[in-house]
Amino acid sequence: MRKGRGWFITGFLIAPIVLYVVYVLLPYGATALFSVTDFDGLNPDWKIVGFENFGNLLDDEVFLRAIGHNVVVLTIFPIITILIALFFAFMLNVGGRSDKAGVRGVFGSSIYKFIFFFPQVMSIAIVAVIWRRVLQSNDGGMLNALLMKLGLVEQNDPELFLADPTPAFGTPQIHIGSMTLDIPVVLVCLIAIAVWGSVGFYLVLFSAAMQSIPKDIFEAATLDGATRVQSFYKVTLPLLRDHVSVAWVYLGIAALDFYALVIGLTPDPGGGGPNHASEVMSSVMMSNVLRPSRYDAFAYACATGISIAIITLLFAALQFRVTRSRDKIEF
Amino acid sequence: MSSNDKQASPDPAKGLVANAFSHTFLIVWGLLVTVPLIWATIQSFKTDQEIIHSPLGLPAEWRLDAFGRAWTKGHIGEFFFNTLVVLTGGVTLTMLLGSMAAYVLARYPFRGNRVVYWIFVAGLTMPIYLGMMPLYLTVGKVGEVTGLESVIGRGTYGGLILVYVAYSMPFTIFFLHAFFRTLPTTIAEAASVDGAGHVRTFFQVMLPMAKPGMIGIGIFNVIGQWNQFILPTVLMKQGDPKVLTQGLLELAAEARYETDFARLFAGMTLAMLPILAVYLVFHRQVQSGLTGATTK
Repeated sequence: MRKGRGWFITGFLIAPIVLYVVYVLLPYGATALFSVTDFDGLNPDWKIVGFENFGNLLDDEVFLRAIGHNVVVLTIFPIITILIALFFAFMLNVGGRSDKAGVRGVFGSSIYKFIFFFPQVMSIAIVAVIWRRVLQSNDGGMLNALLMKLGLVEQNDPELFLADPTPAFGTPQIHIGSMTLDIPVVLVCLIAIAVWGSVGFYLVLFSAAMQSIPKDIFEAATLDGATRVQSFYKVTLPLLRDHVSVAWVYLGIAALDFYALVIGLTPDPGGGGPNHASEVMSSVMMSNVLRPSRYDAFAYACATGISIAIITLLFAALQFRVTRSRDKIEF
Repeated sequence: MSSNDKQASPDPAKGLVANAFSHTFLIVWGLLVTVPLIWATIQSFKTDQEIIHSPLGLPAEWRLDAFGRAWTKGHIGEFFFNTLVVLTGGVTLTMLLGSMAAYVLARYPFRGNRVVYWIFVAGLTMPIYLGMMPLYLTVGKVGEVTGLESVIGRGTYGGLILVYVAYSMPFTIFFLHAFFRTLPTTIAEAASVDGAGHVRTFFQVMLPMAKPGMIGIGIFNVIGQWNQFILPTVLMKQGDPKVLTQGLLELAAEARYETDFARLFAGMTLAMLPILAVYLVFHRQVQSGLTGATTK
């Protein structure tokens, strides 16, 4: 063994560890600590108040409605994204002409991948600027102008899109105690934008997985008389199960977050508008600090953050349990 | 799509329907992705009157003056500069410190190695906004305690860079740790026999061997830190240097009161160009890097 091994290890690890502890772990720890205090962010004379902040959260109608919105996103966003991505991945890889060499992918699949993936590398700020203008709530917005041209929307009655807090497609508003479950138009718009941005990523993920499936499996299926649709359901999907599970977990975590889209695209300071119709858990947390309605807003926001973290971790753990693959197929 | 498929003689009738069907759907989605981007880009060449009264039309004259206004009056030039400074410092430090830590954790067994590794990786499971409120106080405190308020204190480039680096550590270490483990041990041993120390072995032997991994995670960090907007929004306040994402969002918010839409669209177009250029050149690496990382 060479000399100075201990010094080398210490020397290489010290800076990363110090940075990580100071800027990541300590703030997380501080959030946890302040969540049980009445700290206002400035006054150092705070005291421990126990779980009072968490108790208040259970009566906070805005937060409870935000949880409902996250649940809506969680049920709609992952499944739509995965279905579209799987569909396109299948098109790209086995949707082309078939010949003696078997079924092949469509022409120009790397161009499609290039285009579909692009929203993934754009910053949320650019996505926000574009979609705010596309969905603008008057005849100056791209979509409204287009719909008016097609005669689907009246000139003097434009669609409000991101400014529309009313339920989408006549969905009911369900009240359970002080909790509201609703699907406002603005939330549907946000989900659509999220799907728009995510499909390319999961398409590339599934497509790579499909390419790693040996061609002879498909050829064997074709020889046995399977149609394209059959081979998709009976061969491709089962072999992609692990990738779909991973996608499910990632999209689920993204659905419980959704912060960037809400803050970038929706009205009201700190996002979440109009009238809390697009509020999700994380935007409630951040706007609690920006719009203090109580003196200990800082501590209250910390308690909100800890609650979100617990919910997210529970979800992730649950998902991993449910989707954990039982038997791994090697090829 | 492989080239040796070409030798097989195609059967034109079979699968032609499936082919047309596939292309129809793929083209529709392609339009859904590109039309908003192209529309928004075209708006930056119009006058405000054209933007308001004929949102779907092409400009009567392709004007470039909105780009100038965005660069100077919209401060896009300044935001670009700030972003470049932060990105250069952030990515360089992230790669240096991340590879050092990943290397030691991957190849030097010592008591507590696994604990340190898992504490870093645990950071991947936490949503970034969770620590945001105390982080603002922390950055101020670090400046005070070290006496370097003007270098790494609140509202400085240095402070923001260190925060970027810290939040990039978990994924960088996780990714490179896996990479360093796969490198053969014999070459490092040979270097050691030849009298190279630990530090020299790392910088002159191991790091060059890890180049593919470094490029992958490097692209990931460039895109991630270029697009980062939660950290700067929380840490950089009025009067502090602003990065592009933050500046653009503020420009968008201002556009509600001030009517210079062309400037906003031009600013957006300018901000989109560098990432488009990087993506055009590296799209294969970007795609496989970002998705491959997910399934590790």
